[in-house]
Amino acid sequence: MRLSRAAQVGLFAAAVVAAQLLSSAAGKAFFLTQLTMSAYYTLAVLGLSLLMGYAGQISLGQAGFFAIGGYTSALLTTLDLSPQRGHPLVAALVRLHLAVPRPDLYGGEVLSVSPWAACVAAVLLGAAVAVSLGVPVLRLRGHYLAMATLAFGTIVSSVAVGTQALGAADGLSGVPPFVLFPGLRVGGGAADRVQNYYLAWGLVALAMLLLLNLIHSRTGRALGAIHGAEDAARAMGVDTGALKLGTFVLAAVTATVAGVLLTHYNAGIGPSEAGVMKSVRYVAIVAVGGMGSLWGTLSASAVLNFLSLRGYFGAYDDAVFGGILVLVMLFFPDGILAADVRALVARLAPRRAPGGEA
Amino acid sequence: MTLELLLQYLVAGLTYGSIYAVVAIGFNIIYNATGIINFAQGEFVMLGGMIAVSLERTVPLPLAVAGAVAATAAVGALVEIAFVRWLRRPSVLRLIVITIGVAILLREGALVAWGEGVRSLPYFTGNEVSALSFAGARISPQVLWVLGTTALIVAFLSFFFGHTMLGWEMRACAANRDAAALCGIPTRNLVTFSFVLSAAIGALAGCVVSPITYTSYAVGAPLAIKGFTVAILGGLGNSGGAVAAGLVLGVLESLSVSLLPTAYKDVVTLTILLAILFVRPSGLFGSREASGLKDLG
Repeated sequence: MRLSRAAQVGLFAAAVVAAQLLSSAAGKAFFLTQLTMSAYYTLAVLGLSLLMGYAGQISLGQAGFFAIGGYTSALLTTLDLSPQRGHPLVAALVRLHLAVPRPDLYGGEVLSVSPWAACVAAVLLGAAVAVSLGVPVLRLRGHYLAMATLAFGTIVSSVAVGTQALGAADGLSGVPPFVLFPGLRVGGGAADRVQNYYLAWGLVALAMLLLLNLIHSRTGRALGAIHGAEDAARAMGVDTGALKLGTFVLAAVTATVAGVLLTHYNAGIGPSEAGVMKSVRYVAIVAVGGMGSLWGTLSASAVLNFLSLRGYFGAYDDAVFGGILVLVMLFFPDGILAADVRALVARLAPRRAPGGEA
Repeated sequence: MTLELLLQYLVAGLTYGSIYAVVAIGFNIIYNATGIINFAQGEFVMLGGMIAVSLERTVPLPLAVAGAVAATAAVGALVEIAFVRWLRRPSVLRLIVITIGVAILLREGALVAWGEGVRSLPYFTGNEVSALSFAGARISPQVLWVLGTTALIVAFLSFFFGHTMLGWEMRACAANRDAAALCGIPTRNLVTFSFVLSAAIGALAGCVVSPITYTSYAVGAPLAIKGFTVAILGGLGNSGGAVAAGLVLGVLESLSVSLLPTAYKDVVTLTILLAILFVRPSGLFGSREASGLKDLG
């Protein structure tokens, strides 16, 4: 079944609206909270889908970038600068409206970096880390990016757990809502629930549109060529190294942005968001949806994240994602949604001409 | 730092380092036979320790260790047969993801079977407080067990790969799988055997180190990452290099604890890993061409 891009987006919008109406009609409006969180996790896996599907590389550090985003914005927006008001740097921040005063819980006033400024800082930091990780490692082939990003993810998680300034095992809390535009804010208040639901999935739709346009551009066709045959693509003048790096950085930045937004929505972040198991979970979701299949990844992420956040997997949460990962990669390496039953039977049947996937 | 203290850190470092070396050798055995990095390698060490602790309740210690090694070797064979053997020309990416999934399943299985508790085997000789004095430092006899076992494993493997038919066949398989198959070497069975061998040595290491470091369902992943660091540092596929690199890393890590908060211990190791990947991916002891960056993809 092949739909035009407009039809795909329309179908997606209809599904988002239907989910909201259904959960309200069923008296389960609180489902929207988990669905909103799923949207932000979806943002983090969409970039990974591109990286795994087109650049043929696997990142086990996606949660690390997510945590860089979340912790950077949490730290900057909760750090009270009012005692340092006289410092020239703080004064400059205030003059540029990068630091804004807001009332605290006890009726006093705190001065902290504005969420917009914190978000920009987080994205810059995430991108810088991704470039410095990607430039040396992407020269190597095979599993090196996997190990390097695994090491990076573990470092981020150890630092988050071991650093008092980042709240150690408790993480950071009290993060203010992120006012994107007047009247539109990312925050967890029950009154804002429906608004936040549409805002989150609207951002996912925006990211989808950007990524789909990318795939169908000159750059996207070059990425597709890398996916098909890297050496041939290079011979045709495609700068494979730069494209792979670009895809890796793009994946990192989507995760960073997702981390920033979810942290504002949840009003805090803890070290579990930085854990390597989270990164593995993102990889599992991409595997289910089909590598490089953005719509497949989106659907798999919405469903699996929602089920996990609602606690349907209980104590077997990690085991479920591990099991999914193994089963999908054994039987449906192109993703369940892309599964072709005839091809599966052919794969399992003995006696077949050598070939198979690259 | 006094000389005694330095010596004490050194001994601790060598103990951990020799375990990292065994894990790294396990990586190398499978890598040489298949080109796969088996992310579940650390879980073999965990399984060895956990199974031995359970068996030790009913049978004498040597039998418990032997049973744990045999059981873990069987798990190794099972993993290969169930998850790797029947795939046709799988990509590296796919194999990596599969072994990651297997590692998670083994870990979660251990969590269900044994719970979250931390366990350990009794000391092989003496007990927690018995110690040998050496130049002012105090050394637990178990440390000698760990170092001795590591040395034995290395000696056994170098004899095995240098002087036995099976070892030669495995080297042929590593050098050129198609040519080995043409010579009538059963390459598929040798791949299974490489999993058995690396599971067995991992399990043995898990047993001897258990009295000192304790063992729980979650010890596998950190060991796998450190073992991989050592394997890269020593030059992927080079087991002599792995021993040297393992001891170096263990000592560095042990010394880092005296300077930095313990929470950052892993950060030190991993920073070393990243630095090596950036600067010299063929490792300290590997030549640039020999590292080959073997790629099935």
